[in-house]
Amino acid sequence: MRSLGAPKTVVERLIAAFVLVLVAAGPLIFNDYWVNTILTQTFLIGIAAASLIFLSAYGGMVSLAQTALYGIAGFIVGNMVTQGETKGLNLGWDPTLALVLAIVMTTVIGLILGSVAARSAGIYFLMITLTYAVIANYFFGQVTLVSGFSGISGIDRYTPGFVGEVVAHPNRLYYIALVAALAVYVLIRYIVRTPFGISLQGVRDEPIRMGSLGFSPALHRAVAFAFGAFIASIAGVLYVWWNGQVDPQTIGLQATIDLLVVAVIGGLGRIEGAWVGAFAFIVINNYVREVEVPVLGGSFNTIIGLIFLAVVVLSPGGLMGLWDRITSGILGGRGGGSHRIAAGPPKAAPETGP
Amino acid sequence: MGLQLASARVTRYLPLAIALGAAGFALLWVLVIAEPPSFEPNAKATWRTTTFGSAIDDPASFLRILLDAVTFAGLLFIVASGFSLIFGLMRVVNMAHGSFYLLGGYIAFEIQQNMTGQGFSIPGEEVNSWEWIAPVLVAAACVAVVGLVSQQLLLRWNAGQDLRQALITIAVSVIVADQVIAHFQGGRAASVTWPGWLNRFVDLKVWAVEYSLARLVVLALGVGVGVSLWLWLYRTRTGMVIRAGVDDQQMTSALGVNIQKTFAIAFVVGSALAAFGGVVGASQGNIASGQDGQWLLNSLVVVIIGGLGSLFGAAAGALLYGLVFSFSSTYLPTTGDNCCTQYSIVFTFILLALVLALRPQGLFGKVR
Repeated sequence: MRSLGAPKTVVERLIAAFVLVLVAAGPLIFNDYWVNTILTQTFLIGIAAASLIFLSAYGGMVSLAQTALYGIAGFIVGNMVTQGETKGLNLGWDPTLALVLAIVMTTVIGLILGSVAARSAGIYFLMITLTYAVIANYFFGQVTLVSGFSGISGIDRYTPGFVGEVVAHPNRLYYIALVAALAVYVLIRYIVRTPFGISLQGVRDEPIRMGSLGFSPALHRAVAFAFGAFIASIAGVLYVWWNGQVDPQTIGLQATIDLLVVAVIGGLGRIEGAWVGAFAFIVINNYVREVEVPVLGGSFNTIIGLIFLAVVVLSPGGLMGLWDRITSGILGGRGGGSHRIAAGPPKAAPETGP
Repeated sequence: MGLQLASARVTRYLPLAIALGAAGFALLWVLVIAEPPSFEPNAKATWRTTTFGSAIDDPASFLRILLDAVTFAGLLFIVASGFSLIFGLMRVVNMAHGSFYLLGGYIAFEIQQNMTGQGFSIPGEEVNSWEWIAPVLVAAACVAVVGLVSQQLLLRWNAGQDLRQALITIAVSVIVADQVIAHFQGGRAASVTWPGWLNRFVDLKVWAVEYSLARLVVLALGVGVGVSLWLWLYRTRTGMVIRAGVDDQQMTSALGVNIQKTFAIAFVVGSALAAFGGVVGASQGNIASGQDGQWLLNSLVVVIIGGLGSLFGAAAGALLYGLVFSFSSTYLPTTGDNCCTQYSIVFTFILLALVLALRPQGLFGKVR
């Protein structure tokens, strides 16, 4: 994706190092509101957005089910750890066990959902995953056994020992989210260089040719989707620790679109875009909430819609694409490959059977 | 390789066997297996206990649910056919379809309020046919304009980039849904009132079933939309051009057809159908902010099952989805507090998964 050793890479590494030092010393520099609300949320929403960007950039699959998967992980944790004062199963299990089970179960659910959608790509994949998202939303809204309309609350009181009481020690969760975000970033960068990652990119570009070479496009997509679910589940677990509650609105259409907005603002072509987009979105969300839109009327959503529209129309690569374009102008390196990806793979038709 | 060949045969016939088995069991369940609740003291509900029992136990309820399913399918078809038309011709997935549905319903509500000069809920007998039809026409026209403007301003120059177009329509959907909340009743539930003469039940003379005339009219409207679309697409020159455009856009354009004009027409008709569906939905039940997602889901499920861009697919998808939707919410066992009718949404997913496993392009979809 990038020309290694170019001046641009050096600049990017310097910026990355600076940002890392800044966030590592975060609690010393920023006030509590920024640390607990904006940055912690940026890390965990960024992880969820990274799963979306991974599927889009390397698998050619824009998935709208990532919010649903992240919510499913949250609901699993909520049902397992709480002890009787909220909706759901209230199993009262050990929080660490719940953490592991939530991630494993969500990954398996991702594998199943991925297998159903795996013979489609491009725009069809987007539609099928959107139906997953809406169905999951209705499922948790209707099934009172595991959630019901009001959802599960008080989850932050049952966190594993290493997280501790979230309200009393918010900085711990901040660092856990930071480490998780870094680990996810490194893991994705590693996965896309493995043979699986390479053949996944082959399936993205030339599914029919890859099929005739003996690779199964459907299998690659299903496994990639399961991996995306795995990453989303990490974000989901962090989310319920951070937020303390999860309800059907957490995975509603609004939230689904918000995550897509995060990924698109950041840029669907590069993993880093996930956290850039999450940061931009959350800052806008926190500071533009109360503003009335002039002329049109309407709320925050109209502003987000207009920003989203502007990004898609003017800079399909999002902020990272804009960065690539600016730096390639100044530093002379070749721009990133994000434009092509955001514009969609050229052939988005579903394939027929094997 | 040998393993792959063997598995190819399994993957081809296994989903078919599962789908047929599931459909067969569902049919048997509804017709024979289900049992009505027992009213004897100390009777315990079994796994077979449902609200109404099987079709043999209670044919009247069965007929009523069947009519519910078919009439709901009529509304589904009105909304989804517009979605499918736009996709078929332009390969644009109009994610704003649900928002257009909402916008149409609210515009009609406002117009009807002004025409009748009544308060929030209008007594049915005070609405005449014109006071229902005029709001429909205005709502359809307004939403058609919104659709046309978004298509001309935002989508036209992006032709062929289907993912980018989908993202643009999502942005439009977010803005429209928020504007609806800002300008119409704050997004609170509202309903359009049917003309007074529809407000009665008709005696079907079968098993003493009386059924809502309004719901039967919804079915008639759905069939009417279907027949009109068929006549338009298969019996007129514009329709011929649209079908040619669906099959080969570049060739049609090369033959001297103004394909851009055709695109605009399709977008106008598709958006107007969403608005029309919105008014019918608002008359039958109500309309409230948040339903945009529900109707986007409904349209998506119908066209994914039926096959994108196919008129017959939209009809078949609407019928199947309507049946599964209505029967799964009434014919599941009622064994305990938490079981099982609340799981009806799962059956929508099962339907989707089975169809996709059998035919990824949908029942009537073409392989492109």
